[in-house]
Amino acid sequence: MSAVEIAAAVRSGQQSARSAVEECLSVIEEGDAEVHAFNLVTAAQARTRADEIDAAVADGRDPGPLAGVPVALKDNLCTRGVPTTCSSRILEGWEPPYDATVVEKLHNAGAIVVGKTNMDEFAMGSSTENSAFGPTRNPCDPNRVPGGSSGGSAAAVAAGFASIALGSDTGGSIRQPAALCGVVGVKPTYGLVSRFGLVAFASSLDQIGPFTTTVADSAAVLDVISGPDHRDSTSIRDSLPPVTDTLDDGVDGLRVGVLAELSGDGIAPDVSARLRAAIDALESAGARVAEASVPAAVFGLSAYYLIAPAEASSNLARYDGVRYGLRMDASNTPDMNTATRSAGFGDEVKRRIMIGTYALSAGYYDAYYGKAQKVRTLIINDFASVWEQFDLLVSPTSPTTAFSLGERTADPMAMYMSDVCTVPVNLTGQTAMSVPYGVGDDGLPVGVQVMAPALGESVMFRAAAVLEASLR
Amino acid sequence: MSADTLDVPGLGAPADTEWETVVGLEVHAELATETKLFSASPNRFGGEPNTHIDPVSLGLPGSLPVLNEKAVELAIRVGLSLNCRVQPSIFARKNYFYPDMPKDFQISQYDQPINVDGWLELPSGKRVGIERAHLEEDTGKTVHIGGGGRIHEAGYSLVDYNRAGVPLIEIVGHPELRSAEEARHYVTELRSILVAVGASDGKMEEGSLRVDCNVSVRPLGIDRLGTRCEIKNVNSLRSLGRAIEYESRRQIDQLISGHPIEQQTRHWNEDDGRTHALRSKEEDYDYRYFPEPDLLPLDPSAEWVEQIRQALPVLPRDRRQSLAEAAPTVEADHIALAVERSMDELALAAISGGGPSERVMTHVIQNLADGVGMLSPESLASLVAMEEAGELTATQAKKVLAVLVESGGSPQKAAQSLGFEAMDSGELETLVDGLISEHPDEWSRFCEGDNKLTGFFVGQVMKTTQGRADGKAVTQLLNARRG
Repeated sequence: MSAVEIAAAVRSGQQSARSAVEECLSVIEEGDAEVHAFNLVTAAQARTRADEIDAAVADGRDPGPLAGVPVALKDNLCTRGVPTTCSSRILEGWEPPYDATVVEKLHNAGAIVVGKTNMDEFAMGSSTENSAFGPTRNPCDPNRVPGGSSGGSAAAVAAGFASIALGSDTGGSIRQPAALCGVVGVKPTYGLVSRFGLVAFASSLDQIGPFTTTVADSAAVLDVISGPDHRDSTSIRDSLPPVTDTLDDGVDGLRVGVLAELSGDGIAPDVSARLRAAIDALESAGARVAEASVPAAVFGLSAYYLIAPAEASSNLARYDGVRYGLRMDASNTPDMNTATRSAGFGDEVKRRIMIGTYALSAGYYDAYYGKAQKVRTLIINDFASVWEQFDLLVSPTSPTTAFSLGERTADPMAMYMSDVCTVPVNLTGQTAMSVPYGVGDDGLPVGVQVMAPALGESVMFRAAAVLEASLR
Repeated sequence: MSADTLDVPGLGAPADTEWETVVGLEVHAELATETKLFSASPNRFGGEPNTHIDPVSLGLPGSLPVLNEKAVELAIRVGLSLNCRVQPSIFARKNYFYPDMPKDFQISQYDQPINVDGWLELPSGKRVGIERAHLEEDTGKTVHIGGGGRIHEAGYSLVDYNRAGVPLIEIVGHPELRSAEEARHYVTELRSILVAVGASDGKMEEGSLRVDCNVSVRPLGIDRLGTRCEIKNVNSLRSLGRAIEYESRRQIDQLISGHPIEQQTRHWNEDDGRTHALRSKEEDYDYRYFPEPDLLPLDPSAEWVEQIRQALPVLPRDRRQSLAEAAPTVEADHIALAVERSMDELALAAISGGGPSERVMTHVIQNLADGVGMLSPESLASLVAMEEAGELTATQAKKVLAVLVESGGSPQKAAQSLGFEAMDSGELETLVDGLISEHPDEWSRFCEGDNKLTGFFVGQVMKTTQGRADGKAVTQLLNARRG
């Protein structure tokens, strides 16, 4: 059952929220030992909350649009009184005294949190292998990675552990694992979803978004979690009209561009073949398709791997052992800071903190961080002119299907290349989503990325719905 | 001497060289808001440790800063009253590790501060350039336990985050001050402006006003600046003056002895009256400033800035000018003191109510140091009028004034209640004539020209009348009798 179907059944009293939760918990019980999607399963709280929802339904009170829908949360989303680890040792023992805005909104909509999902430490990675608690496996093939950094959330939805999950997307961390696990994943426009309570990786790039099995479910979740929030200064002041309302409006007459720079070199032939099939489907639904070019997009990855680490080096400075989380003993404060950070952070996090610190240092700022910001402006400008000719752009989400565990861990550059198609959109702040579109030669899922200008979610979802329908 | 030290102004100068001290001040003032710069915790001095805190002021993961509009308004008030240009600005992160800084970065403003290019006029009329006045958040406080409170001998340290996130304005002045005294005048003037516009309470002893001073020296007549040292931990006006004087002397002695000055941050020690090296320029932090991505650029509308400008109170400089015009014969120091004590309005009202300006100012400066209490401008004006008319002596007036400060009311009533009815001249004449006949020896010496005896007769009159008589009138009478 999809989330929308569960909510309808619970709201109408046909199914209890408790039974929906029990079903998920038993699937988790059965499957998560192998997949390891969760850092923590909050079974007791989920049951209590389910009973509250059922009581509300019995009393005739509105239980909310996502009543009884089991949801998994990436473990960088703050949950009051529930450990939030970012899959890092450094946050050992820390329980946030507040819920993230998105958690609050889901709760108020009747959704039920079943657990916190595994991730690359502090969202730094593309395979969920950089977790202090061990990797997550792809439910489609346990020898493959689920992608990352929100690999636990993607795997949880793919494995049926939860109907919906939230992740965060800084350079593709929702879309890429969605593609590799064969589910829908959305990166909303920057500022559309409040970041309050999301543990920051790179503040100017981070966005929270949903994983679901259907396009309609993602629309329903986005409609719940988006909207202005006075606790996040970068939150967009205006609300978007519900995406759900226009979901079935089709793509007739829409101008769709195939983004050349992200769809040619380095894309596996079987992935390219699926993209062509998707383009055909959009065309036969009435879209006008042409090649589009964003020349500066090829510099996206380079700019991203300076800007994101620079912001991260500052965002992660606070994990110093003084106030919360891990503290190692030492004879003075600076040594305690060093010992704590050496023991608490994994290699990839340390690597990015060092890159970011270097990029911001006196004498290097202009050549690295400053230059990267100029490239970012260039990419924004290039996209702006493309949006004068196109309503939507498409590309593959990931250059390949899911790779094997351990395949890229020794080679950071090969790992970083996994994000080549997804990163540009984070730099521009616009929205994009990955829609599952069949399988590659290895039988593993392929995702197609649909991109729209900032606040173009409605049009983007219309195309996603057409692609989904074309596979039925 | 190596080639690069040849450039050092004053290096190896003869002992009789005349020197100039060059001072530039960076003043941090806590803004008088209800809440912190980026969160809703109270901005209040003191309190039990870690009671004025919240996720933002602790820098908890997932927390985000939200800018306090009132702090921006106060910063603009300060900028406008320092004649700055108020411009679009951005917040930046200043990155360095310190336990009392919850995020291990400070949100400040760097290359685009909110206020730039202003000036402040000292009471002497000299204008000192203001480079910038920007917004930033304060840090918490670390307390070292054991080892006499010193970090190196302490057993452990505790951190109080009550102050973390309190809004500060940092006012950076150009190095245009030329003496310790001028630096004190600058801080005094700046503080009175901050207090006048309601931006800060300006209390140095509570740390709501903090001064870092950059000091360098050069032989008089040389244009180039010498190498500067920054002095921290200057906690009062007095130590500001002492620290600058000590540091300037230290640098001069060092240059005369042929050693160039090393650019350093130095710590003022109140107890031994010296500055001590904290760190050299090479050891200084690389702050890795970059734009704060969690906050939007700040772009106050021209209308808002104009509204704030219109609502500004009259500044101390203009208040001094008004008072000086109303009391042209009173010296500038007294005018400045009256304004500093916020008694200029009272003085102006009393003067315009008919009180002679000198007498009014004498009371303000000499007799009202502890405050004006219940005293109204009208009462002050009629008090000085009574004095002027000879109805009260100076001594009596002072006593009457004390009653007015204590419980208000009119000076006539107060004088009556104190029994200070003016003596009529007949009564005084009878009294003086009586004294002359009682003291014939003194009288004849007085008549022979021994004027010191004036005091004797006046004293006798005062004793008999219990101070009710007017000393001047007695003297006049004595001289008239002497012929």
